[in-house]
Amino acid sequence: MSELVLQTKQVNKYFHDPVKMQVLKDISFSLSRGDFVSLTGRSGCGKSTLLYILSTMDTEFEGELLIDQHSTRNTNEKYLAQVRNEKIGFVFQFHYLLAEFTVLENVMLPGLKLNKYPEAEVESRAMERLKMLDIYDLATKKATRLSGGEKQRVAIARALINDPLIVMGDEPTGNLDKKNGQIVFDLFKKMSEEFKQTLLIVTHDLAFAKSTHRIIEMEDGKIISD
Amino acid sequence: MNYKLIVRIAVALSLARWKQTLVAAVGVTFSITMFIALLGFMNGLNDLLDGLILNRTPHVRLFNDIKANMQQPINNISEFKTGHNFIYSIKPTSRREEIYNAAPILKTIQQDARVLGVASKIAAQVFFNAGTINITGVITGIDADVENRLFHFSDYVVNGKSQDIITTANSIILGKGLAEKLVANVGDVIYVTTPQGEIFSLKVVGFFQSGLQELDNTQSYASLGTTQKILGKGNNYITAIQVKLKNINLAPAVAKEYAKLFQVDAEDIQTANSQFETGSFVRTLISYAVGITLLIVAGFGIYNILNMMIYEKMDSIAILKATGFSGVDVNHIFILIALSIGVSGGIVGLLFGFLLSVGIDQIPFNTASLPTVKTYPVNYSIYFYLIGFAFSLFTTFMAGLFPARKASRVDPVIIIRGK
Repeated sequence: MSELVLQTKQVNKYFHDPVKMQVLKDISFSLSRGDFVSLTGRSGCGKSTLLYILSTMDTEFEGELLIDQHSTRNTNEKYLAQVRNEKIGFVFQFHYLLAEFTVLENVMLPGLKLNKYPEAEVESRAMERLKMLDIYDLATKKATRLSGGEKQRVAIARALINDPLIVMGDEPTGNLDKKNGQIVFDLFKKMSEEFKQTLLIVTHDLAFAKSTHRIIEMEDGKIISD
Repeated sequence: MNYKLIVRIAVALSLARWKQTLVAAVGVTFSITMFIALLGFMNGLNDLLDGLILNRTPHVRLFNDIKANMQQPINNISEFKTGHNFIYSIKPTSRREEIYNAAPILKTIQQDARVLGVASKIAAQVFFNAGTINITGVITGIDADVENRLFHFSDYVVNGKSQDIITTANSIILGKGLAEKLVANVGDVIYVTTPQGEIFSLKVVGFFQSGLQELDNTQSYASLGTTQKILGKGNNYITAIQVKLKNINLAPAVAKEYAKLFQVDAEDIQTANSQFETGSFVRTLISYAVGITLLIVAGFGIYNILNMMIYEKMDSIAILKATGFSGVDVNHIFILIALSIGVSGGIVGLLFGFLLSVGIDQIPFNTASLPTVKTYPVNYSIYFYLIGFAFSLFTTFMAGLFPARKASRVDPVIIIRGK
C-alpha cells in the first residue's frame, strides 16, 4: 500500500442557517500518493462542502481530517494557512487570479509566501511550470487580459508552484468551453501520469469523471460508491 | 514572516485603486496642512499678544512697596506677647521709595547663574506742562541699552532711536498719546514740573508706542541720569530693579528668595500677569481641538476607503487565504496600506503646512498699536510638526485597524462558494 496523503474519519457537517441540516454524513475515505480521483454527484449533494473541509478552509465539522498523516484537530488558523500553502494546490471553478499582478507574479505568490527558496529560484520554478503548461509567453501579461482557458492554466501553474502533496479542483473545467476543458483535463492527466501528482477533482462532468482512475460518487451527503 | 512580500502585495493593492488611495492621502494631507498652519498661526498670535506684555515685563521686580509694618510696637511689649493683639487704623510706615544699597544688590544679582540680565529703573511722577494745562504722567528712568537687550524697548520706539536718550542730554521719549496731547514733535522742547515744584525742560527725541493706549497716554522714558536730575537725587538713586531670568518658571521662587535676601518687596511675573497665561492656554487648546478634529475626519475618510477596498478585493483576499496567507498576513497588508496613506499624506501635509505658514507670514498685517509687526505672525515650532505627524500615523492606524480586522476574518469558503 502506498503512503496515505489524505484521510477522513467519520466527517459530519451541519448547516445551521436557516434550519439545522446535515450536509455530510459519516464521510470516511482516504487518498494515496499518485491517486487521480474525481468526486461526483448532483448539485447540492455536498461535494463542494466536502472539498472545502478537505482543503482546511472550512474547519466547522465533526470527525477527523488527516493531511500527510497529521490531524488538523486542535490547530490554529495560522498553521492551517501554512498547510494550505505548502501541501495543497487549489484550482477553482472561476479563475481567481489576482487582477493586480502579472501572470508570473500570480504564480510566484504562494512560492514567495512559502519562503523556502530565494526569489530568483521561485521565479525560475514559476517559469518552468508556465512552460510545462505551454503559457510561457503570457508571463508578463496582466492577469485580467487573459482568456478563460489561459486563466485556468495559470491557476493550475500557481497550484503547482510549491510541489503540493495534493491538488484539489472545484469544477475546474465547469466554466470552460469544450476545447479548453479538454486542455485542462489533459493537463491533469499528464500531471498524474508523468509526475505522480495526487489529484482530487470535484466535477459533475461524467465524461471527465470516467476518464479518471477512481470515482467517488456522493448523494445526499453520503458516499454511495467509491 | 515574509515582510517584503506583504509590502509588495500592499503596494499592488493600493496602486490598483490609486485614485481612491490618492483621495485618502489627500484627505490626510489637507488636515495635516491645516493643522500645522492653524497651530503655527494661532501660536504666532499668542506669542505676539503675550509678547505685548510679557516681553516688557520683568520676571522678577524688586521695589519698596507702600504698606503697613508687620512688626507693630505693641508686639514688642512682653505683657502682650501671649495673646493676639487686634490693632485698628494702622497707617503705612514712611519708607523711602529708593532701594537701599542698590549697587551691591545689582552686583549680587548679576552674578546669579539663573539670571539673564538685570536693569535698574526709576519711576518719577511729574506734570507735563501744555500751556495752562498740566497733564499727570510718569517719566521712567532706564538704561536704554540694557532695556533693549532684555525688554525689546527699541521695538516700541517710533520716530527716533532709543539710544538718543543716552546721547542727547536732558532728552525724553514721549508716549505717543502723551505727545499728541502735548502737540509735541521730535526735536521740540517740553516742560515738566516735579512734585517738588521745580520746572525742567526736556528735548523730545522719539515717541513710544506700546499698543496699550493707557500706557501711551501717561508713559515716557528718559535716561537714568536725567531722571535722577529731575528728581534732584544722587546717581545711586534707584526705585526698582528688574530681573530677567533664563527660565521664567523659576520666577516665583527667585522672587521669594530675593525678597528675603535683600529685604525688599519682590513680585514675580506669574503673579503680576496670571491672566495672560490663561488666555494663551485656552487659545492653544482651541487650535489643538480643531486640528485634531480635522485629523479624525481624515481618519474616517481612510476608514471608508479601506472598507470599500476590502469589499472590492474580497476575491483577492479569499484567494490569498486559499493559497496559504493567514489572517494575520491579510491584517498586516491592510494596516500597511492605511499606514502608508498616513505617512505619505502626512509628510506632504507637513510640507504644505510649512509652505502655508510661510504664506501667512507674508501677508501684510499693519496695525497702529504694533509698530514692529509688518506681517501676520507665525510660530514655526518643531513640536507642531512632530505632533501633527505622530497624530496622522495614529489616526490612520486606528482607521486601518477595523477594516484590516474585517479583512483578516474574511472566510474564503463563503466568497468562493458565493460565485
